Amino acid sequence: MTTEPITSKPRRKVRNFSLLSNRAGAAFMLPAGLLVSVFVIVPFFWVIFVSFTNRTLIGRTALNPEFVGLGNYLALFDPATFFQRGQFGFSLILTTQFVLASALIGQALLGLLLAWLIQTVPPWVKRITETFVIAAWILPEVVIGFAWFAFLDRDQGTLNALLTGFGLPPGDFLLEQPFWVIVVFNTWRGAAFSMMLFNSAFSSIPPSYFQAADVAGASSWQKFRDIGLPLIRGHIVTDLILITMWTFNTFTPFLLTNGGPSYRTELVSIYNYRVAFQDFQFGKGAAVGVIMMLINLAFALVYLSLGRKKAPKS
Amino acid sequence: MASVEFKNVSKSFNAFKAVSDVSLDIGDGEFVCLLGPSGCGKTTSLRMMAGLETPTSGQILIGGKEVTHLHPKDRNIAMVFQDYALYPHMNLADNMAYPLKVRGEPVQKRHARAREVADVLKIGHLMDRLPSQISGGQQQRTSLARALVYPAQVYLFDEPLSNLDAKLRLEARGFLNHLQRDMGMTAVYVTHDQAEAMALATRIAVMDQGKIVQYASPIEIYRRPATTFVANFVGNPPMNLVEVECEQGEGQLLLKGEGLTMQGLPMTDAIGKALATSGKKLTLGVRPEHLAIAAAGASNTVTAPLFANENMGPESLVTLDRGENARITARIFTDDHLNVDKVVTLSFLAEHVHLFDGTGKRIPVAGE
Amino acid sequence: MKLTLPAYVGRIAFSALAALIGAIFALPLIWFIFAPFNARAELGLAIPDPWTLSNFATVFGNSYAVQALWNSFIQATGGVILVGAAATLAAYALSRSSVPGKGAVTYTLLLFSSVVSGSAAMVPIFLIVSAMGIMDTHIAVILTFAGGLLPTAMFILRDFIDSIPKSYEESAMVAGASPVQAFFDVALPVIRPGIVVVVVWAFVNIWGSFLIPFILLRSSDNMPASVAIYSFYSEAGTPIVTLLAAYALIYSLPVVALYLFVSWKFGFRFFGGIKA
Repeated sequence: MTTEPITSKPRRKVRNFSLLSNRAGAAFMLPAGLLVSVFVIVPFFWVIFVSFTNRTLIGRTALNPEFVGLGNYLALFDPATFFQRGQFGFSLILTTQFVLASALIGQALLGLLLAWLIQTVPPWVKRITETFVIAAWILPEVVIGFAWFAFLDRDQGTLNALLTGFGLPPGDFLLEQPFWVIVVFNTWRGAAFSMMLFNSAFSSIPPSYFQAADVAGASSWQKFRDIGLPLIRGHIVTDLILITMWTFNTFTPFLLTNGGPSYRTELVSIYNYRVAFQDFQFGKGAAVGVIMMLINLAFALVYLSLGRKKAPKS
Repeated sequence: MASVEFKNVSKSFNAFKAVSDVSLDIGDGEFVCLLGPSGCGKTTSLRMMAGLETPTSGQILIGGKEVTHLHPKDRNIAMVFQDYALYPHMNLADNMAYPLKVRGEPVQKRHARAREVADVLKIGHLMDRLPSQISGGQQQRTSLARALVYPAQVYLFDEPLSNLDAKLRLEARGFLNHLQRDMGMTAVYVTHDQAEAMALATRIAVMDQGKIVQYASPIEIYRRPATTFVANFVGNPPMNLVEVECEQGEGQLLLKGEGLTMQGLPMTDAIGKALATSGKKLTLGVRPEHLAIAAAGASNTVTAPLFANENMGPESLVTLDRGENARITARIFTDDHLNVDKVVTLSFLAEHVHLFDGTGKRIPVAGE
Repeated sequence: MKLTLPAYVGRIAFSALAALIGAIFALPLIWFIFAPFNARAELGLAIPDPWTLSNFATVFGNSYAVQALWNSFIQATGGVILVGAAATLAAYALSRSSVPGKGAVTYTLLLFSSVVSGSAAMVPIFLIVSAMGIMDTHIAVILTFAGGLLPTAMFILRDFIDSIPKSYEESAMVAGASPVQAFFDVALPVIRPGIVVVVVWAFVNIWGSFLIPFILLRSSDNMPASVAIYSFYSEAGTPIVTLLAAYALIYSLPVVALYLFVSWKFGFRFFGGIKA
């Protein structure tokens, strides 16, 4: 064979070789950087700025907002009205109860139960159950909202038809128990995520662990308590933080209840929407947004610090 | 083909010095193995030749031309990777022909050339398969074919056989040896397997902690290991190393270790110098194949309780227990069952003895 | 192995419980299996007699409904192209270049993207879009979603690219390929499965979203199907149930199809972990 060096254009010196030079790397990051800056990072700082003004959607202060200092925050936390229905405090407490009941208790526990159950049941039962649980999660939110609207309809809805069939009294649940409706609704909607996360956590445990317990004579409950649960502790923490953040920010119940009747299902996200886009008070809405972001920030920091600890230190 | 030269090359990753001040020259047509344990800097050195790492300091020359800061694509080299790096979305023909494609060769010409090389490597019938559809040995040969498909100045191998099972590895090793004889290519080959290095190399560079400890022909490294590290790394089982104390007689030395005595080693200036700096303690080395079951009245012997007696077919490995990490192994060539007592005495000849000073450096024996 | 009687009963109880939960989850959805095919569908559960596709004909005869589906398609496709392209380039740079501070960039992005949710940032997003003068346009929705989904998309893709051996590109470069050739000939085809997953994820997210288009769009010409369905059933008067049932089913089909595609191609859990 002969040696023929490749002829090529004048070469730039490689200072420190990497697969993508720093210059190319920066160029590659530019489009994403611009989009994220404009639509994620700028809003973060802009919302803080707007929250100190009396900006409105229409009228004189739409174009020339005035600086009002902490005025919006003082209004939100005014002790005289804080706990009244339709006020910020009421909404915040409602949201806390909603997160506790529908995410931490509803979704997480139901997801854990489902994940454990489908480990042991015959494949066809597993497949059918999984299909419906996941369908509730992947279908678009307006479709789900409409499905529940029909399901809960007072006169014709499937739920009341069933209750009557079992000899139980029907009810207009959207009117009588709106809070519990959105709790059940959100549990139903989101249990799939916890189920899938726990399911994959369980299946990452070597089967020999459970077989060893079988040989030692452990019951199903003992296997769950002594082997399954301790080994997926990290996944449980991850799951709880994620579903808390998602449930705290969810807007989906709006599609079922519009925040009513009389503010009884007005979560902070819906409150934020009403203040900003129905009452047109952008300054006040921005203040609500800032508080929501602070709460999100707290959860995100906890979550990211957990993730960092998990990552190998090498 | 071309020569390769390292001039005082160092490479640091943050605080870690992977390669420190290495100088090496590889002649045109040589097959050099970089041999050492993991983390010794051999792979980093190879990747600097390829241009996949940039030296922190020093110079690299290929064919007499400086390439230290040249992009890999401009070096005209070929490389076989440990994980083969076969592109999963291309069939074997396209995989092998890829270097020709980036050189602007027309499709037909490059596929014809790939076919030629593939036929030599006995994978010509697999050209339409994807890498995921062939065996590990075939994948290894495909990656070799991709390196051979174009005329490169230097061929680099990064542990190319380490993912093969033992039998295939022997076969592939033999083929590489044949190829080197056939083509006379300049090759640099990284391995941690001393047998592979012995079998393939014209010269071996033994590396430890970022430095070259010895750079010599395989025979030289086997016969005259420069340090206890080399002595211990090359040879299977490795050389037996025993701490001994020296007593000087008239122009002769008396060596004593636990259960070991040796007389009549001629005193030399080199030994004298070593004794002057490291006191009376030296390290004595004997290869397992140079030990024998002692006949009555043998003079250079080591005696200890038997630890293990392993029959390997053509030979037996007899291991004596002189405490943890101080075992001595002998290779006794016999295809018969070897009967040994509970306490065994082994003997060796003075001409097979290696001596190392307190720092582990070899002391030249008389006549060296 | 022979099961003891209590173990056998236990198994049946487990299966029964699992099936019961499955049935409860199915209840609110069963209506959707029948109503779209029933020409006289109401909110009550009824088996169609006869089964008919007339509701679908009504949907396709309704120009507003068809326009809304088309709008959903434009917005989701536009967003997906932006997210796919920008995330691939950025994730590749984050994984393969040694641009200083890229670790901090990733961390900051992740933090911001989980803090700045649509429902917390609706006011400033509205203000930015209005300041840019693109209120009530497709491009407003596309850009907003691209910005919002990119951090997560980049993170998923960077993980994916990190798991691919660098020796692919290295071997290409040693063989004479330029960085650009190595990227297009070798890296891009190898990371394509990751891109597909991200693209599907982004599509499903945009297609199904309600709040952002609800805030940013005013005219019915630009409304996506999600907002159209909401206005169909929430506005005064009785909803046209027959139309809605069929329309909601058509609107759900792409999501279901993509979900099935991804779980068939990449397994169940992969998709499970990344819908956010």
